[in-house]
Amino acid sequence: MLKKLFFWIAVILIAMWFLTPIVMIFLAAFTPAEDYYNPHKIIPSHLTFEHLYKLLFLLDGWKSIIISVEVALIAIGLSFLIGLPAGYAMARYKFKGKRAINLTILLTRSIPLIVVAVPLIVIYMKVGLSDTVLGVALAHTAMILPFVVLITSSIFSGISVEYEEAGMVFGLTHFQSFVKITLPLALPGLAASAIYSFIMSWNEVFVASILTLTNRTLPAHILNTAMASPDYFKFAAGVMMAVPAMIFIFFTRKYLISMWGISLK
Amino acid sequence: MTPFLQLRRGVIDLKGKSAAIWFLLLPTIIYLSVFIGYPLFKTFVMAMSGEERPFDTFYRMFHDQTFWNALKNTLFLTAVIVPIQLVLAIALALFINKKFRGYTFLLYLIIIPLALSDITAALMSYTMFSPMGYVNKILINLGAINKPIYFFGYMFKTREFWIVVLTEIWRATPLVFVIILAGLQSINKEYLEAADIFGFSRSQKLFKVVLPLLKPSIMSALLMRTLFAFQIFGVVWMLAGRDIPVLAGETYYQYTFLNDEKMAAAYSMIIAVITLIISYFYLTTLRSKHLEEGVR
Repeated sequence: MLKKLFFWIAVILIAMWFLTPIVMIFLAAFTPAEDYYNPHKIIPSHLTFEHLYKLLFLLDGWKSIIISVEVALIAIGLSFLIGLPAGYAMARYKFKGKRAINLTILLTRSIPLIVVAVPLIVIYMKVGLSDTVLGVALAHTAMILPFVVLITSSIFSGISVEYEEAGMVFGLTHFQSFVKITLPLALPGLAASAIYSFIMSWNEVFVASILTLTNRTLPAHILNTAMASPDYFKFAAGVMMAVPAMIFIFFTRKYLISMWGISLK
Repeated sequence: MTPFLQLRRGVIDLKGKSAAIWFLLLPTIIYLSVFIGYPLFKTFVMAMSGEERPFDTFYRMFHDQTFWNALKNTLFLTAVIVPIQLVLAIALALFINKKFRGYTFLLYLIIIPLALSDITAALMSYTMFSPMGYVNKILINLGAINKPIYFFGYMFKTREFWIVVLTEIWRATPLVFVIILAGLQSINKEYLEAADIFGFSRSQKLFKVVLPLLKPSIMSALLMRTLFAFQIFGVVWMLAGRDIPVLAGETYYQYTFLNDEKMAAAYSMIIAVITLIISYFYLTTLRSKHLEEGVR
């Protein structure tokens, strides 16, 4: 009996540890300024959309959300366009130099983008890519691409090559066979990794801040304005960052968990 | 079939298709060379070329106390954060792995921070610990204090440091947790049954069976966290600014505030060298599975 009590206390404590900051920032973001600055008021008298509204429409929040989405979409598109064929080749073929390529891709994955940001901006200035959406997107592609190659390779490995071979026996070309048989089977996994790529790009702040000055993604915009803003704008900004990421992880949670090798059975 | 090319299952005829394979791989190789390989090389060149003569940037850097502070803080943060995360993650994983009723709900709660950026986590911390934050408000309403406790600001560097630690623990423990849990689940149940038969106590089972078998997962979680701890930026920059200089933060500061490209490159190079050493160790001694899965 006592054991059971302790057990449920532990469950509640863990849940609170992870939930409290999230709940609190949501509450704070919708708390009117006068209630926030009143030390005796924990629960606001009413909720307001004022901070979020101002941040979105008066303080360029909306603009940077659009830039963030553009950057992420270009980066996802490019990295799948480039990385998917490579992932397929890594999954299906054995060839000389495969191990070396695998290691190189892993290494590029572990090299932080921070390290290449400064030379990138120097190069960008020469070619006119500095402070552009495309420039940030290209850098984010470099961050996402190794992940895409590795993850698509593991997805394709999980789909038996025999299906494709069967398609070819029935007269499809290798490419048709891939498009009509393997790709549909891989689609859920690919969608989940695309969403994960979106979160990676959405959250990346360092390179986005270095490469841009006016065309800032949302995290870069927050990083460079939050210090000088009143507290309630900081909370609204946090909510704006958190909501899309949390929605996405909610919908892909099962795929993510199996991607990390955790079984729910 | 040429020895150069072998197919896994051997039905698709690949003779003469080696060109096709490289056609599939080449875009990736070219892209990564242009956007990571070349800039990385250029980081080294920029850092080493110096303003007036080679290496004078490093001379300046090594004579700057801020550099040593940044290096010290980065190392210290890593040394404090990573072990705490590991212990918490193991405890959490052992708990969740009991698979009680409703454990999936808790599991989903635990992975939420994995989707959140360091910026968001920092702002959440700020909600709790700002002068008018919930911690202060609750303490004031309980009558425990009269005026707010300040957790941020140059005067309160030590407190700031621990808030940064707390935030990083909140944000990145789930990342260690998923690696450990996956490792825990892959342990063969028969070992545990054997331990039961030999009458092992619970703690004996944990320390003599589970933890040794968990070692590969623990090692890769440790190394990966160390790798990313050296890049710590967002949380520190948001919460402490340059009160607590760190390597990545100084890179940013040198470039954006001082326009000192070469010094920024020198700082990046230090991070790059440390990262390369750790990842070399990581890739040569351990299975690289977790990097592949994209857990950050």
